[in-house]
Amino acid sequence: MDDVRLAERGVDADAKVKFECRGVQVHYGEKQALKDVDADILDRTVTAFIGPSGCGKSTFLRCLNRMNDTVASARVDGRILLEGEDIYDARVDPVQLRARVGMVFQKPNPFPKSIYDNVAYGPKIHGMARNKAELDEIVERALRGAALWNEVKDRLGETGTGLSGGQQQRLCIARAVATAPEVLLMDEPCSALDPIATAQVEELIDDLRESYSVVIVTHSMQQAARVSQRTAFFHLGNLVEYGDTEQIFTNPQDPRTESYISGKIG
Amino acid sequence: MSPFWTIVAILALAALGYGLGRRRAMSLAQGNPRRLHSRPNYYGWNVALFAAVPALLLLVLWALALPLLPHGAASSRAAGILAIIIAVAGLAVAVRRTTPEFRARNAVEQMIRGLLILCSLIAIATTVGIVLSLVFESLHFFRLYPWQDFFFGTEWTPRFGGGSRLGILPLLWGTLYISFIALLVAVPVGLYAAIYMSEYATPRVRSLVKPAIEVLAGIPTIVYGLFALVTVGPLLRDWIAQPLGLGNSGSSVMTAGLVMGMMLIPFVSSLSDDIINAVPQTMRDGSLALGSTHSETIRQVVIPAALPGIVGAILLAASRAIGETMIVVMGAGAMATISGNPFEAMTTITVKIVSQLTGDNDFSSPETLVAFALGLTLFVITLGLNIFALYIVRKYREQYE
Ligand SMILES: Nc1ncnc2c1ncn2[C@@H]1O[C@H](COP(=O)(O)OP(=O)(O)OP(=O)(O)O)[C@@H](O)[C@H]1O
Ligand SMILES: [Mg+2]
Repeated sequence: MDDVRLAERGVDADAKVKFECRGVQVHYGEKQALKDVDADILDRTVTAFIGPSGCGKSTFLRCLNRMNDTVASARVDGRILLEGEDIYDARVDPVQLRARVGMVFQKPNPFPKSIYDNVAYGPKIHGMARNKAELDEIVERALRGAALWNEVKDRLGETGTGLSGGQQQRLCIARAVATAPEVLLMDEPCSALDPIATAQVEELIDDLRESYSVVIVTHSMQQAARVSQRTAFFHLGNLVEYGDTEQIFTNPQDPRTESYISGKIG
Repeated sequence: MSPFWTIVAILALAALGYGLGRRRAMSLAQGNPRRLHSRPNYYGWNVALFAAVPALLLLVLWALALPLLPHGAASSRAAGILAIIIAVAGLAVAVRRTTPEFRARNAVEQMIRGLLILCSLIAIATTVGIVLSLVFESLHFFRLYPWQDFFFGTEWTPRFGGGSRLGILPLLWGTLYISFIALLVAVPVGLYAAIYMSEYATPRVRSLVKPAIEVLAGIPTIVYGLFALVTVGPLLRDWIAQPLGLGNSGSSVMTAGLVMGMMLIPFVSSLSDDIINAVPQTMRDGSLALGSTHSETIRQVVIPAALPGIVGAILLAASRAIGETMIVVMGAGAMATISGNPFEAMTTITVKIVSQLTGDNDFSSPETLVAFALGLTLFVITLGLNIFALYIVRKYREQYE
């Protein structure tokens, strides 16, 4: 892995714990997809989930904003605390939770609305703007944040589905950022993007770290090494190894991690 | 020989031809199918088609020409014998042509393609024929009756003695009024039912509710008509129209509209349900992940995404409403009036087409011929609606495919 540029900035020594996960298990019907996962996800840190296909990365990610609630057959056990509060507690409304924990999906999924309305959707629902000017400002800030502003500023009224795949994905990121979440979950956000758009998104992720906790699922070891400070390796529903990215890539403790990052399994 | 036995004989010849052709091909190839240009079956089919198709075509032509021919058993017997001779001749020619080099597959496929083209031409020709006959009879009508009076006349009083006034406007008004009320019932109910089925119902409930709603679509319209006549009409009259002093007729625009709306519910709900289901799940996930509720997601993302398709479904339902006859006859009466009161009896274009064509017809009087002009107008309206609906539905499909 000589060509990998490891993230220059390490983990903040005093980064707070955002998510505290204990004994998380997920079943789809009878089938167990995630076995006893313990992990702490830090604030103001990019955490990467890597592992072979079907190992449960997306499943774990979707536990963190309760998107698994939309899958009828899914059952989640264990405890997941967001800043000390159990997100599966009956007192927590998943709708409010998802406003705090945003998500970007693998496939760009813009709404069939204008670019402006795509970004303004969340802020409008959550009543984040008192007037049109404030909303305009939120939309512009989100689009700038997603490195899309310059490309679309003259056609905010055009439909979002008319953009290219990479632009659509950045629109979806802008949409997620616009609701000002505390955590941003990204499931293979670059799999539909070309290298240039990928670089832009990675840069964006690095910027987002200033204010958010970012969790990214990726199949690209290089990408994990480039953008993340912490890396978790999953294998067959187990969280095999979780530590600083630098350590995982240079000095893995588990033989399975070692063989995965050197390309022998997965 | 009766036509039935002629056809049986031709088919038997074709079956025989299949066996002969296949056998001959195999024996010429000395039992090795690899020496043949095509698989052995194709040699059999080639002979069978050659024997059957021309002979059957002859029978069809003869049946079409029947009115022009001198009637009698003799001509029928002659046609039968001729057909069988042609079948035998075709069989003989095709068997003789069977050699290992003969491109049997290509020949068979060409013949099949010809048959397919013929069938689609028949469908098109029928439509064209119907339209042409409508147009010709309508032209005939407009020679007897000024078109301005037809299209802009507000009075409909046909008198077979002469001096009729044949203005389409009262009928058009009735048609549109009743259709409007029907859609007012069918669209909200059907749409909400579709939203329930596709967004809220569990798969088990859905598998019960959806067929139950679709049963409504299978009821013959005359049954709806009866329902309008004996139940809804009197009910509306006794409980609403008379107490409010709006009229005392059991037949009314409201009766027909309500019942027609019920008939259209499964139409709207079933189509809309399919369209809402076609909205990708990722779109819903995207909305939910932004912290919007299920109902916000439906209102602001799913329905707008499905809207063009839903509009298409509504337009199709509208063209169905405009063409409906039975419910109107039994529910709305036959009075051609223009009025805003929904509890008054009115009538529609379709009903008047029927009434102008029943009884003694004199196809040179405008009173009869007006039916064709009415039919043509109706055809143009529903065709326009259908084309518009298909255009919208197609545009919507492109969005996701
Ligand atoms: N909706 C579902 N219903 C049933 N089983 C599911 C469902 N979603 C995922 N699974 C199963 O759970 C396991 C983990 O799936 P998951 O999507 O989390 O894998 P992944 O690590 O994200 O894989 P990939 O890298 O291919 O995206 C797989 O075996 C999968 O078959
Ligand atoms: Mg996945």
